[in-house]
Amino acid sequence: MDVNAFTVPGAGRGILDVVKYRYLLRLLIRKGILTRYHGSVLGWVWSYVKPAAQFAVFYVVMGLFLNLTKGIESYPIYLFSGIVVINLFNEAFGNATRSIVSNKALVKKIYLPRELFPIADVFIALVHFLPQLSILLVVCLFVGWVPTPLGLVGALLAVFIVAVLATGLGLLFGSINVAYRDAQNVVELILLFATWTSPVLYSWTMVRDQAPAWLFDLYMANPLTSAVELFHTAFWFPTTSEAAERPESLWLFTLIGLVIAVLCLVAGQLVFRRLEGRFAQDL
Amino acid sequence: MPKTSESPLPRIVIEGVQKTYTLRHSHSFKESFVARLRRKRTSTSFTALDDVTVTVHEGEAIALIGYNGSGKSTLLKLVSGVLRPDAGRVLTRGRVAGLIEVGAGFHPDLSGRENVYLNAAILGMAKEEIDARFDEIVEFSEIGEFIDTEVKHYSSGMFVRLAFAVAIHTELDILLVDEVLAVGDAPFREKCNAKIRELVAMGKTLFIVTHDLGMVSEICNRGLVLRQGELIFDGAMPEAIAALKGSR
Repeated sequence: MDVNAFTVPGAGRGILDVVKYRYLLRLLIRKGILTRYHGSVLGWVWSYVKPAAQFAVFYVVMGLFLNLTKGIESYPIYLFSGIVVINLFNEAFGNATRSIVSNKALVKKIYLPRELFPIADVFIALVHFLPQLSILLVVCLFVGWVPTPLGLVGALLAVFIVAVLATGLGLLFGSINVAYRDAQNVVELILLFATWTSPVLYSWTMVRDQAPAWLFDLYMANPLTSAVELFHTAFWFPTTSEAAERPESLWLFTLIGLVIAVLCLVAGQLVFRRLEGRFAQDL
Repeated sequence: MPKTSESPLPRIVIEGVQKTYTLRHSHSFKESFVARLRRKRTSTSFTALDDVTVTVHEGEAIALIGYNGSGKSTLLKLVSGVLRPDAGRVLTRGRVAGLIEVGAGFHPDLSGRENVYLNAAILGMAKEEIDARFDEIVEFSEIGEFIDTEVKHYSSGMFVRLAFAVAIHTELDILLVDEVLAVGDAPFREKCNAKIRELVAMGKTLFIVTHDLGMVSEICNRGLVLRQGELIFDGAMPEAIAALKGSR
């Protein structure tokens, strides 16, 4: 019998298959966007309200009470350009982690590349990132921001790093979450740390001045740190008097961050494929 | 047997397939850890299918029958790829469409139209194929003007009709059906049966799991009987039903 004419049901090529299923991916993304604020009166306004509230709290507490407005020039823009990056990561990673469990009905009944679900969630997060980005752009333009080509390339790279990292971690924790729901609690902890282990609310120089050198290197190697700093370079720095200290070798750390993000993606995919065989029976 | 095209290659090959479920008793790291410390079993295993071998050719309409817990649905899920066998192998040739549970991919907050596209894509159809068949699907479902209404406002009959219409109109070589024909009212059921007979006449392969012996003896030309994970009969329908009744 010629086995080549046959396919083995359920044996896909992982995330490579997503390209083949791109139409379904598009529909899943559309579904996620359409149903997101279903039944709420304000709808998409929430995508503006939430970051605005978050910004207000951090600005009052960190900026005014803890006096960071004095230490960091145009602190509101500094703060907001970091918050949007972390929000993108939190939303993408958090939803991707829960995606397999929340698409239980489909995973149990019909075979399709299951990587589609976390990946669709990362794309949905990117769509929700757009309103926040547009606010940032408007504010920046209002205070006389002049974009630099290199800065914009850096910002794109930052978004790419965050998306790859969130996809990789989402595949990893999403597949573990099927058998052990502890995973989503672990992820919540990681998300809690994400805001504080990157220079969103404070300046990277504070870490450099306080932490030992190895810890500072570790801090800078965090892909989120480089993503946040790339956003600072693109949006915040040109709106200041450009007197603030910028991290040395930011591009090197960006490269390291990119490599780490890609490694996370590879590891996530490997673990996902290992556990995938049990999804239908464990859910 | 009604066969429109003769091909030397089978459509589905199931060879020495075994499936054992490991039922985990804990769903958290802590529970597993504590159970391991106390040397308690963290899981029990149960054999759902044991050494099942079946070859299915083009144009065959197969009824998979057996009492509850006999492994019927497991076998169907192995063919669809949702589950993977622990031993043996499953091979399929051509496009497999599973009607494993109608409406599994339906989202209540989306309109009928959007759900048709979403589900057809889930079943593996491309956009052009769906566009081409959309009107046919809506007509078959008898949903009419409600196609742009959110699915959550549908009656259960409408819901099932639309879901079934999508699945039956997918481009397929192998159709897997699990207990879904018992839906809708009598005229709709008759329409579904007619559609399925049409597919079989076109040389499509049908693999159907059901308890409705009357319906399958009308449609199917081969019966497989499972009992506690073992294939105890493979042959013509009337004998299969007799074998099932004797298997209690």
